[in-house]
Amino acid sequence: MRRVYLDHAATTGVDRDVLEKMTPYFSDTFGNPNSLHSFGREAEKAVTSSRDAIAKLLGCKPNELYFTSGGTEADNWAIKGIYTAYKNKGNHIITTKIEHKAVLASCQRLQKDGAEITYLDVDKYGTVDLEQLKNSITDKTILVSVITANNEVGTIQPIAEIGRICKERGVLFHTDAVQAIGAVDIDVKRDNIDLLSLSAHKVYGPKGIGALYIRNGVKCDRYISGGSQERGMRAGTTNVPLIVGMAAAFEKAVLNSEENNKKLIRLRDELIQRIEAGIPNSYLNGHRINRLPNNVNFCFEFVEGESLLLMLDMQGIAVSSGSACTSGSLEPSHVLSAMGVPPEIAQSATRFTFGRENTMEDIDYVVECLKKNLMTLRAMSPLFKQEKGDAKHV
Amino acid sequence: MYSQKVMENFANPKNVGVIEDADGIGTVGNPTCGDIMKMYLKIENDVITDAKFQTFGCAAAIASSSMATQMIKGKTIDEALTITNRQVIEALEGLPPKKIHCSVLAEEAIKLAIEDYRSKKKT
Repeated sequence: MRRVYLDHAATTGVDRDVLEKMTPYFSDTFGNPNSLHSFGREAEKAVTSSRDAIAKLLGCKPNELYFTSGGTEADNWAIKGIYTAYKNKGNHIITTKIEHKAVLASCQRLQKDGAEITYLDVDKYGTVDLEQLKNSITDKTILVSVITANNEVGTIQPIAEIGRICKERGVLFHTDAVQAIGAVDIDVKRDNIDLLSLSAHKVYGPKGIGALYIRNGVKCDRYISGGSQERGMRAGTTNVPLIVGMAAAFEKAVLNSEENNKKLIRLRDELIQRIEAGIPNSYLNGHRINRLPNNVNFCFEFVEGESLLLMLDMQGIAVSSGSACTSGSLEPSHVLSAMGVPPEIAQSATRFTFGRENTMEDIDYVVECLKKNLMTLRAMSPLFKQEKGDAKHV
Repeated sequence: MYSQKVMENFANPKNVGVIEDADGIGTVGNPTCGDIMKMYLKIENDVITDAKFQTFGCAAAIASSSMATQMIKGKTIDEALTITNRQVIEALEGLPPKKIHCSVLAEEAIKLAIEDYRSKKKT
């Protein structure tokens, strides 16, 4: 059976070149970078050059980068570390209703400790309201955290403008760039970003490794206590092979971004066009232009997302669903809710995220299967009969 | 996550559709929480001679509908009323904990459809 992987926003496979660069650091160059002997020094050399390479891609200094276990840890550290370091100055944090759960749950945790959190609204395309941001900043505000590009609907935020507003008002700015690296042009100095979260496995790097950029001069509380790794800020034996892999994956993603993105946008726009032209009662979620090159997200009225996901899976196609059933909560996607999508329509949200190996033939197959499955599921749906022909718009 | 039996009943559900001259119809759930189940019964001399369903919902909801309609066909309405969501789960060889409510919907849809039949019979 044909297999089509369209869930690259969930994770990607490690690139063969990346794997090749990582491999020597498991069994051959296995030293602990903290050791003074030659084994340690060899490993340290690899970590240093990886750190230099990532810093160059982001436009920061190597000593502003701290390696973590992934994007979730970086988000937790940024939010909680800043709150602890600055809570005497103010207890107010501004974020958005469409953040990744790692940021939202960290903010909710801080609310229990007395933090005040403002969750900014978004418009129907998932874009943050800059006026509301400006009006929400008070003399108690210490941090603004806005995701660079949303992981569900792919909407890219005006990060440089947010950075400028934060700089003018003297508050720190954190952004979760996990989905954005390689897809969005990021320069932390130019865009006035104070903290930025990264993860390797979304761009063909290994799972279990990420990084937090903390601008020099920003006080951020240490996250994991122990040894002196990461300049005493994040203890734990340095994961050399994964760091080497992350640097190699980021280099490949950023240095080839123009070519990669052009190809992805072609696939993305073709799928959007084919669905809109061929499948009635389907609604695109997210912004049409300010959108991640690999992201397509649709609601298909009258069906439930998990059913569609499983039917596609039986045909070898891997997608992701925003339905309550899939997420395990009773509420459909918090992102679509914030965008004003009615819950019964949000239940059908299906995300297709392309990667380097996808082709136009994949789209032919996906559209064919989609049409077939939606016909089956809609024929089964009591809602479809009641509302047939009544093409409601979201 | 799903048993073989659930996947079979999801991939090839039995009794999908509408009974135009149904003697009893039961609708449960709401689209906001992601599940609606509509059950149609044909009843002769208090025996369920045909059962069909339409469901908007996840794989567990569709499989529960398929299994429940199979379980009640040929049964008297009194027998059908004794069917519990536990029995639907057992017949499906288990459901994940967060999908238990789908089997509850099936039990409720049967009860509502029979109630509908009885109230129509009275008038």
